[in-house]
Amino acid sequence: MAEAAIALRPPLIEGDKSIAQVTHDVCAPMEARPTALWWVALLISSSFLLLGAAAIAYQISVGVGTWGLNRTIGWAFDITNFVFWIGIGHAGTLISAILFLFRQRWRTSVNRAAEAMTIFAVMCAGIFPVIHTGRPWFAYWMFPYPNTRGSLWINFRSPLVWDFFAISTYFTVSAMFWFIGMLPDLATIRDRATAKWRRKLAGLFSLGWNGSYRAWQRYEVVYLMLAGLGTPLVISVHTIVSWDFATAVLPGWHATIFPPYFVAGAIFSGMAMVLTLMIIARKLMRLEDYITIRHIDRMCKLVITTSAIVGLSYGTEFFTALYSGSSYEQFVFLNRALGPLFWGYWTMVGCNVVVPQLLWFRRVRAYVPAVFAICILVNVGMWFERFIIIVTSLSRDFIPANWFHYAPTRVEVATLLGSFGLFFTLFLLFCRFIPVIAVAEVKGVLKYGKPPRESAHE
Amino acid sequence: MKTTATYGLMAEFDSPRALITAAEKTHKEGYKKIDAYTPYPIEEVAEAIGFHHNNVPLVTLIGGIVGGLSGYLMQFWISTIDYPVNIGGKPYHSWPSFIIVTFEMTILFAGISAVFGMLALNGLPMPYHPVFNVSRFAMASKDRFFLIVFASDKKYDAVATRQFLESLGPVSVAEVPS
Repeated sequence: MAEAAIALRPPLIEGDKSIAQVTHDVCAPMEARPTALWWVALLISSSFLLLGAAAIAYQISVGVGTWGLNRTIGWAFDITNFVFWIGIGHAGTLISAILFLFRQRWRTSVNRAAEAMTIFAVMCAGIFPVIHTGRPWFAYWMFPYPNTRGSLWINFRSPLVWDFFAISTYFTVSAMFWFIGMLPDLATIRDRATAKWRRKLAGLFSLGWNGSYRAWQRYEVVYLMLAGLGTPLVISVHTIVSWDFATAVLPGWHATIFPPYFVAGAIFSGMAMVLTLMIIARKLMRLEDYITIRHIDRMCKLVITTSAIVGLSYGTEFFTALYSGSSYEQFVFLNRALGPLFWGYWTMVGCNVVVPQLLWFRRVRAYVPAVFAICILVNVGMWFERFIIIVTSLSRDFIPANWFHYAPTRVEVATLLGSFGLFFTLFLLFCRFIPVIAVAEVKGVLKYGKPPRESAHE
Repeated sequence: MKTTATYGLMAEFDSPRALITAAEKTHKEGYKKIDAYTPYPIEEVAEAIGFHHNNVPLVTLIGGIVGGLSGYLMQFWISTIDYPVNIGGKPYHSWPSFIIVTFEMTILFAGISAVFGMLALNGLPMPYHPVFNVSRFAMASKDRFFLIVFASDKKYDAVATRQFLESLGPVSVAEVPS
């Protein structure tokens, strides 16, 4: 029955490709010289990376006074950026693990790049809490190890410790998932290589993969295991990130809606980022036959779904504040919408709830520049969401005498730009040196939705 | 100098269907020590040769249990025995707070066990494997499908096995030096 259902669906891969052609289409751009466009993109992103590196070096050597924080607002830019980047990463795991468990075969064209995005986003996220500690050279103190200070152990009742465990587990498991998925393709690069250094290097990283059916069987099982482990993991990670806020008693943070609200927001922003990167990558690497309009269409539907959840959460927050009868809660939400940062709040609502409504229209979903613009706006909106949640709640808490305002310094802005530089530099290098599309997986779905010729198995 | 022994005989096919049929026939013929190499996973190959046992899930389960137990016991020991500190009036053994790190440690250990278990069971990293001595084997990761009968098989015979493999309609048959 599954076979019959698949035959009625449109094909996943455009064009009448042979399996050898898939290898060629994905590997040839990597073996050719990089295009001028790629060099320009790398130059721009690595310049931002350098700017960020200089900003980080400056703030570490001078001290935390270079930030716009004050005694009222102890968290602002760094934590906003941290939550933003962690959220971006979650769409990669959604595609690689959750959609795998749901047998969404279209994910094969995008999962490699989406997983790469996850890893790079977590790396960007990791920078911020580390510099936010103020003394990043002591960051290893977060790890529970016997030490000469007592032993002075960490406090396992703190959500910040939970966060440390969640993020480091998430990074490790995502990186392993990515690498294991890549083994067969690295073997392909090794076998195709004409240059000796390329063969040696790819041979080293492919670990001597030979495609024996026993190896494939274990490989498929480990892939399923990691998808099964990755699914609860990704949900736990953003849940724990939301607990960084929700376990505090601050109005606007202390809410049970936070975990689902944050997880949906994370997948929302991450999907938008995946789409942004895919639209760039399919153009840069000429992969329009693999990442088709139908792939973009499906991802757009995920964006509109999560947008609806996020919009519902915004409404629920207001209702909860009203219904709670707590004047502090009510004040915080009125202050968000009408206070000094009202423009940030309405940017967030506009970008996250209003703009994505355009995706209801099939013609918008099929028009790539429009999708690209919407996705950029969604990411702007999701950045503002975290900024508004963090800063408005802190800046006006219970006692008006505590109230203060916050504005980022140039150093903080440069660090944020630097994280974008790191992200895009890593992604561009990834496009050059690693197959952007999971070659072996695409070969398995090549005949989906196409009339069988020689046999159903090919 | 050691004389080069034979590792096996390798037949090359140009479609998965041909490989599956050939694998079934070879298995029926009574060859037990055989293997197949494909560019992407094909379930029917395993069915044709009959390899069903897989230890990866067991390794993952053990890893997860070890991770979860060690995560919880570590927190219990640190928070109640080695370094009891009163935090917000919470009990030293505040188990609900410990669930989170326990969960993450379970996932971490299970994931690491799954990956390294798979690599170990597959014998990876493998710096040398005789199949790569056949130059056409480079296409096994592209679009060709290979079947090998190992020389260690009881029924193996340099001439008879080659004749048998050639009767299956392969693109080529090659001897694999070890």
